[in-house]
Amino acid sequence: MSTDRIEKKVVLGAPRSRVWRALTNPDEFGAWFGVKLEGGFAPGSRVQGRITNPGYEHVTMDITIVRLDPERYLSWRWHPYAVEPGVDYSGEPTTLVEFHLEEVAGGTRLTVVESGFEQIPLARRAKAFEMNEGGWAAQLENVERHVSA
Amino acid sequence: MSPRSARLGDAAHAAPVFAALGDATRLALMNRLATGRPHSTAHLALGLPVTRQAVTKHLEVLSHAGLVRDFRRGRERLWQPEARRLDEARLYLRAISRRWDEALARLKTFVET
Repeated sequence: MSTDRIEKKVVLGAPRSRVWRALTNPDEFGAWFGVKLEGGFAPGSRVQGRITNPGYEHVTMDITIVRLDPERYLSWRWHPYAVEPGVDYSGEPTTLVEFHLEEVAGGTRLTVVESGFEQIPLARRAKAFEMNEGGWAAQLENVERHVSA
Repeated sequence: MSPRSARLGDAAHAAPVFAALGDATRLALMNRLATGRPHSTAHLALGLPVTRQAVTKHLEVLSHAGLVRDFRRGRERLWQPEARRLDEARLYLRAISRRWDEALARLKTFVET
């Protein structure tokens, strides 16, 4: 498994034009992603908004659109897992999120690729583990013993 | 996105690592070590505004937190990040990966209804 990228594929039972609108119309995007966006999707534009998902209302989503190729490709840059209140992420590296749309039998195949994780500082990754359940705690038992000894 | 659950037990376990990383010098050292190759103390200290002795102390804090380990090659003391780091990176990706799964499931419902 790569530690630098995430790739997801899903077939959506809707035409490309419908999927494209859901991805690039700020209101439609907000409806499924869970964010109230201000600003439109245009190359180079910065789109911001409050996350509306329960438990994440303190989080501001902040993306910079990289490229739009209508009904085929959309990409943006953002700070992944930027969920800590009061932290300024602007000086940190971003990841690139890409959406590829392809027409297939039954609808549209959407491929999402998020890459650039290896540029994210270790401390930020460590913080994210705090919010991730399982695994982490067990791995840290030895560490805690060492430190408190 | 799953709700952020307050798991105090986990946070307590995680605290030593966060404490070890919560220092600018130690973060700089971890970033230098992030390539995975062993580095000598002297090499790691290059360009940092602290003494080599201070760098050694910081590396020892990181070592106690399980983030780096040291070994000797001749007269040099070399440091490298723990292999566990890779597992942690995977956990991080898994957490983000899960959020994408959830978002895409919502997108599917949204465009298909």
